[in-house]
Amino acid sequence: MLLIPCPYCGKRDEHEFTYAREGHIARPTNGEQLTDAEWAQYLFMRKNPKGVHYERWMHAKGCRRYFNVARDTVTHEIYAVYEMGQPAPVIERENGR
Amino acid sequence: MKQHYSIFTLARNAVSYHEKWTEAWRSPDPKPSYDVVIVGGGGHGLATAYYLAKEHGITNVAVIEKGWLGGGNTGRNTTIVRSNYLWDESAHLYEHALKLWEGLSQDLNYNVMFSQRGLLSTAHTVHDMQALRRRVYAIQLNGIDSEILTREQVAEYCPILDCSPTARYPVFGASLQRRGGVARHDAVAWGYARGADARGVDIIQNCEVTGFKIENGKITGLETTRGSIGAKKVGVVVAGHCGVLAGMAGFRLPIESHPLQAMVSEPIKPVLDCVVMSGQVHVYVSQSDKGELVFGAGIDSFNSYSQYGSPPVVENMLNALTELFPIFSRLRFLRQWGGIVDTCPDASPIIGKTPVENLFFNCGWGTGGFKATPGSGHVFAHTIATGEPHKLAAPFALERFTTGYLIDEHGAAGVAH
Ligand SMILES: Cc1cc2nc3c(=O)[nH]c(=O)nc-3n(C[C@H](O)[C@H](O)[C@H](O)COP(=O)(O)OP(=O)(O)OC[C@H]3O[C@@H](n4cnc5c(N)ncnc54)[C@H](O)[C@@H]3O)c2cc1C
Ligand SMILES: [Zn+2]
Repeated sequence: MLLIPCPYCGKRDEHEFTYAREGHIARPTNGEQLTDAEWAQYLFMRKNPKGVHYERWMHAKGCRRYFNVARDTVTHEIYAVYEMGQPAPVIERENGR
Repeated sequence: MKQHYSIFTLARNAVSYHEKWTEAWRSPDPKPSYDVVIVGGGGHGLATAYYLAKEHGITNVAVIEKGWLGGGNTGRNTTIVRSNYLWDESAHLYEHALKLWEGLSQDLNYNVMFSQRGLLSTAHTVHDMQALRRRVYAIQLNGIDSEILTREQVAEYCPILDCSPTARYPVFGASLQRRGGVARHDAVAWGYARGADARGVDIIQNCEVTGFKIENGKITGLETTRGSIGAKKVGVVVAGHCGVLAGMAGFRLPIESHPLQAMVSEPIKPVLDCVVMSGQVHVYVSQSDKGELVFGAGIDSFNSYSQYGSPPVVENMLNALTELFPIFSRLRFLRQWGGIVDTCPDASPIIGKTPVENLFFNCGWGTGGFKATPGSGHVFAHTIATGEPHKLAAPFALERFTTGYLIDEHGAAGVAH
């Protein structure tokens, strides 16, 4: 069970949240100029890293706000929690994964 | 050729107290290079190697596995086998697999304990029932066995299922595929490994692929924890780790890796002689030959490579299970585990070429690829051997995410396995 620190409400159990998947995917602003392959990259292709994942969660059973989380997909350790619109922090880790 | 298994070999070995069985496959050191290297020693990878040798005469092949054979999802799954998918493309692919299952123990000379005990998918709302009817009619039009049972027929077919009108999840009816069932997961990996080895394939365990050698957009070999290995063609079949391997080759996949959990109860006397699954309330269950009830649920929502999941998923699954089967409510658990599944946006697999020449991927089977193991290996072997997709695999190419030709099987595959 993850204990997720909502930036607005504090630490809460995972079951209060819904997962909103990979973060920092910007919708292209020049849509009419994109090729089908570029659209496919935006719509479907994902980083799916084994290690730090920058992702979004929503506090569905609390404040109902979205925020970003940097979390390790192997250990589930949460390295950082930050507001929507903030840049992804660089995570330095000892094991270098 | 390896020792042929039969009632006579069994009797002969019984006389020597079963101490003289020979190994089922060799464990050779990797050669400097191969015609084809398969990455991933799960059922799909081993089946691919087997059919490469058997159907295409390509025997200078290695299967490279970072752990032990079947230690990935193959040995962690709840082993449900069926072919009742909605769209023509999937129906044909999974039915191709089901037909191979029906002769697999004989073909491999290895008992995979395939048991066609019947598979019931229940519907719990009017809309659920409508969707189920649509799916059953589509399946029937594809010439695949599938039928609709009324509530009364369900109650008769599976008496321990709570079909009373006051049930929390009232049963409106169900679909039944009588040819569906379960198989012994490890045996599938071992049987294919033995068959491939007997035809000359090198099976190399405890060897992790750490990189690819790519020259001018073409694969030439791999880096592994046991040194570099040259390869004319490479087939990657690593389930939850496909994103990691795609990253090594420099491209991305439309796939995310999630834990999928399963568990077994203490063993009890025979009580359930079919497989029951409910996509609506997220649970599926069968009884193993040892008497344990085997259940599973949906994926954990978040991306993860840890082979365990979170308790809320288990709790939801147990709620559903005990509502459907009040008789199970006082059973104890024996074990619980997770596997890392490779989920695709349209709940269908990706089979075929990649942006790198002679590098092929077979992945995205997500929560439901065990049933496809023989068919997947068969069409993937063809794809690698000829360099062109097998006609059943062609619709499942990676390009479908560019063309938009998605094969949406969430209804048939979403929670159901
Ligand atoms: C809990 C659970 C229940 C399931 N229930 C069902 C079910 O009832 N019915 C059904 O049809 N399907 C089910 N599935 C899905 C099914 O298990 C999979 O789709 C299928 O087994 C995938 O087989 P595979 O051979 O592709 O993958 P795997 O068996 O996972 O094999 C992939 C192998 O690749 C190896 N590997 C990874 N990275 C590397 C590397 N870098 N180098 C070398 N080797 C590597 C891994 O160690 C692994 O052994 C379930 C899955 C789970 C987890
Ligand atoms: Zn909150």
